[in-house]
Amino acid sequence: MATQQRLGTKRLVVGAHYGTLDFVVQRCTAVVMAIYTLILFFGFLFSSEMDFEAWQHLFTFHLGVLPVGQLLATLAFFSVAWHAWIGVRDIWMDYVTSAGLRLLLQVLTVLWLVGSIVYFAKVLWSL
Amino acid sequence: MSDSASKPRPQFRNLNFGQLLVLTYHLPLAAKSSILHRISGALLFLSLPLVVIPLFAASITSADSYAVMREWVSHPLCKVVLLVLIWGYLHHFCAGVRYLLLDTHLAKWDRISAQRSAGMVIGISLALTLVFGLKLFGAW
Repeated sequence: MATQQRLGTKRLVVGAHYGTLDFVVQRCTAVVMAIYTLILFFGFLFSSEMDFEAWQHLFTFHLGVLPVGQLLATLAFFSVAWHAWIGVRDIWMDYVTSAGLRLLLQVLTVLWLVGSIVYFAKVLWSL
Repeated sequence: MSDSASKPRPQFRNLNFGQLLVLTYHLPLAAKSSILHRISGALLFLSLPLVVIPLFAASITSADSYAVMREWVSHPLCKVVLLVLIWGYLHHFCAGVRYLLLDTHLAKWDRISAQRSAGMVIGISLALTLVFGLKLFGAW
């Protein structure tokens, strides 16, 4: 049974809060991506000469034994995929009214994103 | 007076995509920023496994593939595609930051302020696109 709680003085909120979760996830993943963008940007700015070695180092650097460069990139990419899933699903929900077609598009979206994750992970972790 | 009461005024409340594309329907700045946020997001989603990851893979795998990537990017067609994606990223980024500021009540959302911040989002992302575009096409 869903827990019930009042928002403010009047509005009774019921349900499983999937919408709230997506709302919060959309914003948290956005913050993660924004921070990672700034990390890369300043890494780019402050490397004296941007050649292949320096570029690769941004994604492969270690702190001690931890592959921090690869970990950060992976976390950022998971944020991209989760953020994109919510955004693209919103587009289908807004414009596609046929349930069958919408389901098909949503399945294709998931395949597209999971494929991207695997592709990206393979490239990044085979370095 | 009775004429105007018996004859309902025409209403055109549903926007179709054609009206948006040819811009016959006046959208306020916040709505323009919003639809561009959606379009740029869809664009970035589609480009992920088609453009972004292949370029990233070539750029990072080895010194040889890095040189191949630079050759791809030196092609004018590739530069145009990249410029569009750069604009898409910058607009999505700036509009997203605006939404975060609105959500956290750090930005004002009355009618005038909201239109102004939306205009800033469109302007700043275009200006930054110009800077990155000049760099991309070798202005320095």
